[in-house]
Amino acid sequence: MLEKALTGNRGYWVWIFILLAIIGVGFINYLEQFKTGLGITGMSRDVSWGFYIAQFTFLVGVAASAVMLVIPYYLHNFKKFGKIIILGEFLAVSAVSMCILFIFVDLGQPTRILNVMLHPTPNSILFWDMIVLNGYLFLNIIIGWTTLGADRKGLPAPKWVKPLIYLSIPWAVSIHTVTAFLYAGLPGREFWLTAIMAARFLASAFAAGPALLILLCFIVRKYTRFDPGKEAIQAVGKIVAYAMIANVFFLGLEFFTAFYSQIPGHMHSFVYLYVGLGGHSELVFLMWISAIFSVVSLILLIFPKLRQNERTLSMACVTVFIALWIDKGFGLVIGGFVPNPLERVTGYFPTAPELLISLGVWAVGFLVLTVLYKVVVSVTQEATTLEH
Amino acid sequence: MSMDRRDFLKLAGASTLVGLGGLSVFDGFVKDGALASQAHTAPGASAGKRLAMVIDVSKFKSPDDYKRVSYACHSIHNVPSIDNLKHEIKWIWTDTYEHVFPGQADQYMAENIMRLPFPVLCNHCAKPPCVRVCPTKATFKRKSDGVVMMDYHRCIGCRFCMAACPFGARSFNWTDPRPYIRKLNTSFPTRTKGVVEKCNFCAERLSAGLQPACVEASNGALVFGDLHDPSSEVREILSSRYAIRRKPNLGTGPSIYYVIGGNEHA
Ligand code: SF4
Ligand code: SF4
Repeated sequence: MLEKALTGNRGYWVWIFILLAIIGVGFINYLEQFKTGLGITGMSRDVSWGFYIAQFTFLVGVAASAVMLVIPYYLHNFKKFGKIIILGEFLAVSAVSMCILFIFVDLGQPTRILNVMLHPTPNSILFWDMIVLNGYLFLNIIIGWTTLGADRKGLPAPKWVKPLIYLSIPWAVSIHTVTAFLYAGLPGREFWLTAIMAARFLASAFAAGPALLILLCFIVRKYTRFDPGKEAIQAVGKIVAYAMIANVFFLGLEFFTAFYSQIPGHMHSFVYLYVGLGGHSELVFLMWISAIFSVVSLILLIFPKLRQNERTLSMACVTVFIALWIDKGFGLVIGGFVPNPLERVTGYFPTAPELLISLGVWAVGFLVLTVLYKVVVSVTQEATTLEH
Repeated sequence: MSMDRRDFLKLAGASTLVGLGGLSVFDGFVKDGALASQAHTAPGASAGKRLAMVIDVSKFKSPDDYKRVSYACHSIHNVPSIDNLKHEIKWIWTDTYEHVFPGQADQYMAENIMRLPFPVLCNHCAKPPCVRVCPTKATFKRKSDGVVMMDYHRCIGCRFCMAACPFGARSFNWTDPRPYIRKLNTSFPTRTKGVVEKCNFCAERLSAGLQPACVEASNGALVFGDLHDPSSEVREILSSRYAIRRKPNLGTGPSIYYVIGGNEHA
């Protein structure tokens, strides 16, 4: 089926080449990082994880969100998701590929990555994260590919994928839970040491992922003859609404605990993120954008009239996505490092090469996504032409 | 660790499956039938030594005393001198009371204590979170004496250990450190870019029967010994003087003790 990605109109190829060019720029910058070391990034002794790990964390959420389609479709027989579900699964494939790449570009000694397998260490959460991420990648590739292949022939999906589909549900929850555990189990990092970390991760994942999916559906519908279905999109919109409400609620809980208890260690990171601390306020502007966008998105999502209008729905999705991208893709990770364990403040902002490498990783993700969606669109079009 | 490695792996695997992440998580619960407390951080007191250090800050008289101590360490261990604070590498350095003991400072405290520099280094914790999180066992705890060590050739540079250490004891080689080494000591390895490093309690000197370099250079301000040996000098000091540790409430069991004293003890 992959050959379907090799034929396309001019727009398709222009897009592919744009992505390849961005990947090229990212790769050149990565070579420089490989040569000189991670010193070309904005990270430091105090803020020892930065944009890469934050992007990874955010994208795990996007990947996990496929489950929000799988549950209604396979467990509740919600047939309207029949066409959209493959888009969700392939979005997960693309997101997990980016996750793995972001971890890779963050390593100081990437050539030694196999050490994680050669010296398996079950007490390290990173070890489990590697297992669940790779497992989730394969599950979604296998499920997506076989169901699509069956669709192409007009047959129901083979029986053996069913158990895999069911398995993918708890597995999706696991990737985000395990990723939350990377942070939530560390003594002395008060900002992360919170029991609702995994719950917060899941809520934000189930908002950001489906929001992106809706936007992708609009794009696919606009440029191809593939229609995921209006009702399906509306149903996903409701999912985004509930998840975003839960996410903002959870964030509120964190604020309450920190500021009502008045425990300095619990307040410091929030203060750094939202007003600045010790003369450092690198992320304040972004965090406020995130806060404002969250409120705007809630208004657009909660009122049914606004949600049902596809124009405002797409605005809601854009604001949800940006709000959560800032919150998870910046604030959550950086905030945990400021102030440092000796209560000294070192600021952080990604450097140009760091951003270009990240952009390159995103471009790889979009390339994977484009190719997979192209196959989906061509295969379904072929199938409908056969029917007629 | 009081269990052998195989038991450890088995239990750690099982406990991670239920989302707990490692044997050491259970230690505190099973040992005394009570919660792990500051007072009980040496599981299995009989298993080997537990090397520790007592730092008597009142015995540091001048800035030179501090410099001599950190120079002794950094010069023999090929620790690079990098001016860029963001890329700095340090094994033993100083900071003031409010930073070394966050949350303990008080505006009415004696000013000489507030201003006094405290040497800080890796605590060689009894239950080190850095070891718990390392995905390759590049950071590990030596069973025979409790020293937390690193294998620079195995480290993948994920920096999980830096996020996990509550004491800021770890440094990362953001670039190649070699150009920044003032005087190369050929008998100790240099590091490459992309790996983490920290104080190793002078494991290489211990095996030659020597004391750590900082202790030797400290004129008696730093005392080193085995906490499991009741007649050791460290135990003697701890039984007679009031000593504190950094963030004992986190339960990592730091093995570095501070005696603040006052001028009268000088
Ligand atoms: S002080 Fe930090 S690096 Fe040293 S053993 Fe404890 S947790 Fe590990
Ligand atoms: S940076 Fe090295 S020592 Fe630290 S956790 Fe990763 S592999 Fe282990």
